[in-house]
Amino acid sequence: MAFRFRQHSVLPGFGLTLGFTVFYLSLLLLLPVAALLFYTLQMPWVDFWATVSHPQVVESYKLSFGASLIGALINLVFGALVAWVLVRYEFPGRRVVDALVDLPFAMPTAVAGIALVTLYASTGWIGQYIDAFGVRIAYTQLGVIVALTYIGLPFVVRTVQPVLRDMAPELEEASAIMGASRFTTLRRVVLPTLLPALLTGFAMAFARAVGEYGSVVFISGNIPYTTEITPLLIVAKAEQYDYRGAAAIGTVMLVAAFALLLMINALQWWSTRRHTQR
Amino acid sequence: MNTVSTTHVAAPVRRWQAATEESAWVRRSLIGVALIFLALFLMLPLAVVLYGAFEQGLAVWLAAIVEPDAAAAIRLTLLVVLIAVPVNLIFGLAAAWAVAKFEFPGKSILVTLIDMPFAISPVVVGLMFVILLGNHGPLGQWLIEHGYRVIFSVPGIVLVIVFGTMPFVARELIPLMQEQGSEEEESSLTLGASGWRTFWHVTLPNVKWGVIYGVILCNARAMGEFGAVAVVSGRIRGETNTVPLHIEVLYNEYQFTAAFAVASLLAALAVVTIVVKSLIEWRDEQRRLAAVEGEQ
Repeated sequence: MAFRFRQHSVLPGFGLTLGFTVFYLSLLLLLPVAALLFYTLQMPWVDFWATVSHPQVVESYKLSFGASLIGALINLVFGALVAWVLVRYEFPGRRVVDALVDLPFAMPTAVAGIALVTLYASTGWIGQYIDAFGVRIAYTQLGVIVALTYIGLPFVVRTVQPVLRDMAPELEEASAIMGASRFTTLRRVVLPTLLPALLTGFAMAFARAVGEYGSVVFISGNIPYTTEITPLLIVAKAEQYDYRGAAAIGTVMLVAAFALLLMINALQWWSTRRHTQR
Repeated sequence: MNTVSTTHVAAPVRRWQAATEESAWVRRSLIGVALIFLALFLMLPLAVVLYGAFEQGLAVWLAAIVEPDAAAAIRLTLLVVLIAVPVNLIFGLAAAWAVAKFEFPGKSILVTLIDMPFAISPVVVGLMFVILLGNHGPLGQWLIEHGYRVIFSVPGIVLVIVFGTMPFVARELIPLMQEQGSEEEESSLTLGASGWRTFWHVTLPNVKWGVIYGVILCNARAMGEFGAVAVVSGRIRGETNTVPLHIEVLYNEYQFTAAFAVASLLAALAVVTIVVKSLIEWRDEQRRLAAVEGEQ
């Protein structure tokens, strides 16, 4: 749909609804964002840089972004598998499993947090078996990865499912007729079709994980330089009334979030364009 | 396309069918791996909450929920939800009407802005409101001078939750209303109905299920919001602790059974949310199938 000036319409309420929407967004969204950015801008550059490049903060970026990346990669692989299984195969309980995929969206993060730490602690249902192999998950960086995998789980499944469902069977049939093996068909025909959706889901899971707080802070144990995520440092600084420090790190997170949002929008645009062209 | 000649389709039919499917053992093992992954990440966390909540019996569970601090947290959460959800419902309806029924420049920017609260980390949301309305800027100072306490108080909690749940209804309604177009509204207006009447009697019934779904998601998120509330609430027990914050307090005090008992309420809410979602989707599917059959 091309950009035009507002098309003529007989429907009323354009001024009222658009006016209210813009007013609401300005007051509740743009004003707080501007307040944070303005507050940070008032900081001397040297102080800002000293705060955001402090070794403890840098370690938290590495953990937050690294664990989010690993979590999103796990979700990319297993999300694609789950979407495939749910769309292509029939098995008892499929509908229930399909519905349950949304659980991490609906489950409050604090509840997920205490559930995960209880499961993976060395006395927990899962932790006790893993402990026997000498691997610890709770209160380590592995625990952070587990929590971030949990909260990002639905994204890839939900972006890939509709594309897979609408994919024309002729594509795979043609490939098979031309002599491709099943593996070659999956790699050369199915995978390229799913690629935009896979990347969109991956980026969404990653973006969500980077900012996540509630489900991580219980299982991570919050050991300085080791298992502290960046959002935790913001909360810690705010609790010590160091709002300048919190705002500096918060601004870094905000800029990262905007960059990710732009990337996701671009991916979604690519994805829907590819999807509707067929 | 010329290359696909009929001479190539000499293989028996059975072979062709197998070529777009996986063999039975591949299929079974893929299903198996997917189910193990989901059991590990979806079922076990839910099960451990319920087990922890009811391990010591129903009486202990009930005692943890009616205990004064827990009851205060539940009351506060309900109060916040009763404000945040209607406000965002009105916003969602207005935004969806503007975006779905009209064409205007800057529309895609507006849609991106509506989605933005999902992209921002909850703790950054809390921080933004502390800086805006706490003792850090002209607005916050004015509020404090005039005796309004927003941060470390209920209004601050309401604001961050309104922020965090802003997109749900709008996001559900925009695609739905775009899909339905505006022909029915145009007929209603042509027949002499007023704009409001058209909205109440034509638009709203058409998007009823989208509204219900958006409200349910908005409600679940509002009750469960944690990171943003943790920053603005100040965690005053019995006063500014919402249910998720109360769970954290109990957990950090090693009152695990009580923590899980209160958590089981929110877990139940999450399950109800996805059940309603599935029912709405199932209903849509049935209607689509009925429509297809009707055409034939």
